[in-house]
Amino acid sequence: MPDVETTVDVAANDPIMTDAALRPAFFEWLCRLGDNALILGHRTSEWCGHGPVLEEDIALANTALDLIGHTQMWLGLAGELEGEGRDADTLAYLRDAMKFRNILLVELPKGDMAVTMMREFLFDAYHHLLLTWLSSNSSSPRVAEIAAKAVKEVSYHLDRASDIVVRLGDGTAESHRRMQDALELLWPYTGEMFKADEVDERLSDAGVAPDLAQLRGAWETKVRDILEEATLTMPDPAGYAHLGGKQGRHTEHLGFILAEMQFLQRAYPGASW
Amino acid sequence: MSKKEWPLWEVFIRGQHGLNHRHVGSLHAPDAEMAINHARDVYTRRREGVSIWVVPSREITASSPSEKGPLFDPAESKTYRHPTFFDIPDEVGKM
Repeated sequence: MPDVETTVDVAANDPIMTDAALRPAFFEWLCRLGDNALILGHRTSEWCGHGPVLEEDIALANTALDLIGHTQMWLGLAGELEGEGRDADTLAYLRDAMKFRNILLVELPKGDMAVTMMREFLFDAYHHLLLTWLSSNSSSPRVAEIAAKAVKEVSYHLDRASDIVVRLGDGTAESHRRMQDALELLWPYTGEMFKADEVDERLSDAGVAPDLAQLRGAWETKVRDILEEATLTMPDPAGYAHLGGKQGRHTEHLGFILAEMQFLQRAYPGASW
Repeated sequence: MSKKEWPLWEVFIRGQHGLNHRHVGSLHAPDAEMAINHARDVYTRRREGVSIWVVPSREITASSPSEKGPLFDPAESKTYRHPTFFDIPDEVGKM
């Protein structure tokens, strides 16, 4: 429970945190950031011990850990904002699928390395733009602070993923084919990143978050450059987009992730070691 | 197995400014750029370094174990070759 002193500090340092009218949308939005990192982190961690080579295995595990670290900060802030005693662990382990706010892209199965790295690249390119904006422009100092910490790690994720997309795309006939297949599989799930709903608009109006439509141009430029270098064919950006994750309408895959991730806390509530 | 292995690289990391690069281990990578990335992931997760060198292992020429005697024995029992008779002021720092 926050004591009086903490509450005063929060108010003094971040007026956005005490804006009661904004709170429900702000909470939703923080869950989106936290859940994207959590679910992608979990998917990435599925490679642990199964990577194609030891060095890539370790790199993927590092990426997963970075993302879980971001989750802790975003969901921690969400819980603090909500003020009902839920912390990051409670939000991660005790919400059902319908309460998760991640985009569909991050919950799709990890597939082969082509799917894993192409997804990471498509998401990182967006994630990096978003965090960069938040770290220097967000009207919420608490949000800017978390973004500034996370963006350092995400810069590296983006560099590494871009490098691998180019190597595999412009690699052998087999790696090229797999990368192009992965790109076409994942592409219809990228539109959700930039499709603003009422929550996004409220946060953008309050200066906490960017106008998502404005990020899209920079994302397309980055993605086009890398795909071109990788000799891959970029699908139509105006094509069909699967939506719903941000509002809690998920694919069947999310339930399986949660079953695995939440089993222990559900079966043995409060267990710790 | 006929699987083609990536070449081996030796990794050297400078722990902090003013120190030398030290050998920390080796790893596999298809080229130097990826070797640096792998070294970052495998060896510098805990802020161990400020600079990384990678060197193809095949470029290293090692002394042969059988030459150990001729190479190193003559220096034995010549303690006067160690500069242990000087006091180094603390201000000098790492040497």
